[in-house]
Amino acid sequence: MPTVNIDKQRLFEALERDYTTEEFNELCFRFGIELEEDSSEDTSANAPERPVLKIDVPANRYDLLCEEGMAAALRVFEGKAKPPVYRVVPPADGKLQQLIVKPETAQIRPFVVGAILRGVNFNEARYNSFIDLQDKLHNNICRKRTLASMGTHDLDTIQGPFTYEALAPELIKFTPLNQTKEMDGRELMEFYDADRNLGKFLHIIRDSPVYPVIYDANRTVCSLPPIINSDHSKIQLTTKNVFIEITATDEHKVNTVLNTLVAMFSRYCDEPFTIEPVEVVYPDGTVKVTPNLDPRDASAKVDYINSCTGLELQPNDICALLNKMCLDASVDTKDTNQINVKVPVTRWDILHACDIMEDVAISYGYDNLPRQMPGVNTVASALPLNKMSDHARRELALAGFTEVAPLILCSHDENFKFLNREDDNKTAIKLANPKTVEYQVVRTSLLPGVLKTVSWNKKLPLPIKVFEVSDIGLKDESRERRARNERHVCVTYSAKTSGFEIVHGILDRLMTMFSTSKVSKDSNELGYWIEAADLPTFFPGRSANIYLRYIDAANEQKVENIGAFGVLHPSVLASFELPYPTTALEFNLEPFV
Amino acid sequence: MSTGEALQTYVLETLNKDNVIENTKDLNNADGQPIEQLTLLGALNSLKSKDMVDFTFIDREVWFLTEEGEQVAAQGSHEARVFDLIPSGDEGMTIADVQAKLGEIAKVGQGKAFKNKWISKKGGNLVRLVDTIVDQTQSDLQQIQKQGGHSDAKLLTDLKKRKLADKQKLTSYRVTKGSEFALEIKKEATDITYEMLQTGEWKNASFKKYNFDAVGVPPTGGHLHPLMKVRQEFREIFFEMGFEEMPTNCFAESSFWNFDALFQPQQHPARDAHDTFFLKDPATTDRFPRDLMEKIRVTHETGGDTGSIGYNYTWKEEDAGKMLLRTHTTAVSSYMLYKLAEKTKAQGAFKPAKYFSIDRVFRNESVDATHLAEFHQIEGVIADKNLTLGDLIGFMDVFFKKMGMDKIRFKPTYNPYTEPSMEIFSYHEGLKKWVEIGNSGMFRPEMLQPLGLPSDVRVIAWGLGLERPTMVKYDISNIRDLLGHKVNIAMIKEYPVCRLDKKMGKELVGLSKDD
Repeated sequence: MPTVNIDKQRLFEALERDYTTEEFNELCFRFGIELEEDSSEDTSANAPERPVLKIDVPANRYDLLCEEGMAAALRVFEGKAKPPVYRVVPPADGKLQQLIVKPETAQIRPFVVGAILRGVNFNEARYNSFIDLQDKLHNNICRKRTLASMGTHDLDTIQGPFTYEALAPELIKFTPLNQTKEMDGRELMEFYDADRNLGKFLHIIRDSPVYPVIYDANRTVCSLPPIINSDHSKIQLTTKNVFIEITATDEHKVNTVLNTLVAMFSRYCDEPFTIEPVEVVYPDGTVKVTPNLDPRDASAKVDYINSCTGLELQPNDICALLNKMCLDASVDTKDTNQINVKVPVTRWDILHACDIMEDVAISYGYDNLPRQMPGVNTVASALPLNKMSDHARRELALAGFTEVAPLILCSHDENFKFLNREDDNKTAIKLANPKTVEYQVVRTSLLPGVLKTVSWNKKLPLPIKVFEVSDIGLKDESRERRARNERHVCVTYSAKTSGFEIVHGILDRLMTMFSTSKVSKDSNELGYWIEAADLPTFFPGRSANIYLRYIDAANEQKVENIGAFGVLHPSVLASFELPYPTTALEFNLEPFV
Repeated sequence: MSTGEALQTYVLETLNKDNVIENTKDLNNADGQPIEQLTLLGALNSLKSKDMVDFTFIDREVWFLTEEGEQVAAQGSHEARVFDLIPSGDEGMTIADVQAKLGEIAKVGQGKAFKNKWISKKGGNLVRLVDTIVDQTQSDLQQIQKQGGHSDAKLLTDLKKRKLADKQKLTSYRVTKGSEFALEIKKEATDITYEMLQTGEWKNASFKKYNFDAVGVPPTGGHLHPLMKVRQEFREIFFEMGFEEMPTNCFAESSFWNFDALFQPQQHPARDAHDTFFLKDPATTDRFPRDLMEKIRVTHETGGDTGSIGYNYTWKEEDAGKMLLRTHTTAVSSYMLYKLAEKTKAQGAFKPAKYFSIDRVFRNESVDATHLAEFHQIEGVIADKNLTLGDLIGFMDVFFKKMGMDKIRFKPTYNPYTEPSMEIFSYHEGLKKWVEIGNSGMFRPEMLQPLGLPSDVRVIAWGLGLERPTMVKYDISNIRDLLGHKVNIAMIKEYPVCRLDKKMGKELVGLSKDD
């Protein structure tokens, strides 16, 4: 969720009202934004001179990312104003500025749009807000400049028509913004490599044979998207005419960004809310005039809105509620069940009638919606596997063992090497991008987590008796997700002596509780038996495999090695830094479900 | 006196004779030795429990000699021993000899003797300066030994500083007759035994009073994990309200079910590698239902026939095929709703459904006191025809009331797959403000229609974390003390049972102890 800093005094002036903190909080709550911080409550020395409101904004509301947009939206919501109407106004002579696109740009950043704000009146606050909004847009909708990036220029320092080109880095020479030295594309990459702000954007074009660049008619570089503008055309407080160009890899997003930027700042033009268009000429002769600020026509049915909200609103009521949300709504002249909405360019979040329905509900007030208990009759049921697990957990706790809850992710070593097990590359689910080595694989055994927990608690009085009943993960090519979970039971006993017979006893006890008898291997009876085994995880001669003869879900008789138990090998104990002899039991619970 | 019983008899006899024992420190046993006061206390307690005597405490300070002090009292002070060793006359004795004869006390003794002007140095030898001395220290210490104190307080402080004497607090008692005073002690049974029951002896036996201030013997036994206790409480709320548990037992998930099926655009920030654990092995899958995939593609790109304009971008199958560890259990909800739609088609009629799950989800986050890479998500889903926002809010009212939260309200928010989206807030009486406790909403038509659900079916859903309510309930400030291997097993044994609807001193959200 982006956070926006808003000047408290100017906002309240715009809203024509002084709110108490409580009142303003309440307004934010109803509108769906969140007051994070009010610096006027900050009594420390580093509190800003003018009180600042820090407000969290929903991630899809780019129109609220600056003071201008927030004030406008809240003014309308509070019934203090009507939403502005944005107009695209060509210059008096009818000749549009041109932005000519060269074919080479297709290989690196194929789209560009432009617009001009004429007669802008900046002051320091407005200027800072203009820069800040660009930053916010770059970080959010532009996905850190990968999808789109904007450059803003003092039009009186450059001359159209402009060209959008893609050239070898060595051929591009200019002085970047706020620098004094001219450099070419390569030098620029080196110069900004360690830069805290710009360094992270270099990768977008660094390895490309050509870099995107915008020139004016006199071959003055305007900008090197998506990195930096030229110092020559930089805007200042005194700038009157602003040329905006935005290059992009996503044509839909680039228009959203341009529309947002001009909609927010055209209010400061001599003729407020007017924008001068720019003609973009593509190599194939296509001409696109940007921006297009026409509202989009959308509609929603009255009965749909009422049915979803549980209200019985009249069409006119719905329109009035929508107007408060900056949506120009009217009842369809032919169909009174239809509300037609003119969606302004700033409200790109409206995709479907459900978005209109939501704005009706917000405008009406969530607190005011009628509440009812849904009359949905259904039968409750537990997942059989979870029910079985809970039985196993209770039996183990009754038997004197304490439940632990380690993590599912562990390191590769913990899952394999520490247990004297080999990775056959067919079993474990492995992570591609973990932030730490602690998380490399999804555990294929409960042992690493349980042993780590015991090790962390080794100062406790002995014996330490713990268990876990939880899932491990396995690769499984027969599944849609090429993987599955398996529910395991794990028990460990640590003391001055191994406790082998105690863990053996727990196995027998659980089997009794699961109505599973001990049977002979050679019989054909259903049940379990154990066989001495030589498993590397365990001490030689002190481990056994557990076998189960059972009827599976497909109603077939099956014999399966469901797990093992034994005294842990001293090297395993050493790996997990456990000083005490420890016996461990682990088996698959799923055949018992 | 050899046994406690004999001591008790002695006390009773003395009382019988003198009516009161003013101070037990003056009480001597048969062979004239003082009685150990601690042993006496046992006898007195035993008698008092039968109301045969009563007693009060007498505290006094007693000076005693340290080990070194005892030595001085017996053999003389270090300086006196040095003086005594040196023969009179000018010859004296070499320092080495004094050292050899007296050992480590020689050095301190010499210094002190010099200071007292008892001896001086002549050549390399020590010689006497006076003929006789008075060893005041020795006699002071002997007096303390005899009397347990000294009239000169300054001297005592000085001796304490010299580590020759120290004081200790001694307790003795003033004993009087109790209401049941008698010379004969009736034997008392401490416990009811099998034999007593068999012989009927319990009828005549007198039982020792039970000390109800003592702590019971802690039971041995196993314990369930606190997180699982809270999970159980939530499961029961769901069962009470008719919910079916979803099969969430597959941590590995495709981006398709985790994101795309939820109408989450492919450039959404949540799909970044820094938020999500992608898998190296298995890295990809293309096994999701192809017809569903095509519908989802169209819906993302243009809205398809859902009435939406879509996100207006080119949807890529390769992005949907990337395997990951599920970031939310809603991935399973979308799959369950798809199954519900398939069932509806097969049976020709839609039946309403209520699903829930409580299971582990994964986020590629940096670990700190409130964030782990794994946590548990609680999720509920209700699907029926023509559900309203009023149903969602009304249902949440009941659900959260079962968790002990009476006052909840809803704030508009944004979530890619629900519209409207509502954050759930509960009023915290302690903090005097609204606190976010969960998220809810109505699934978007762009999510439901591709899955194949009839267009009048609406689905409301909500979710919250399991760890946070557990941490509030049990007053745990660091999530690593709750989930993961760094838990204290001894603590697991101490956490009380969980009843979400009851105030247990520390309420989930509500009155805190201090109010």
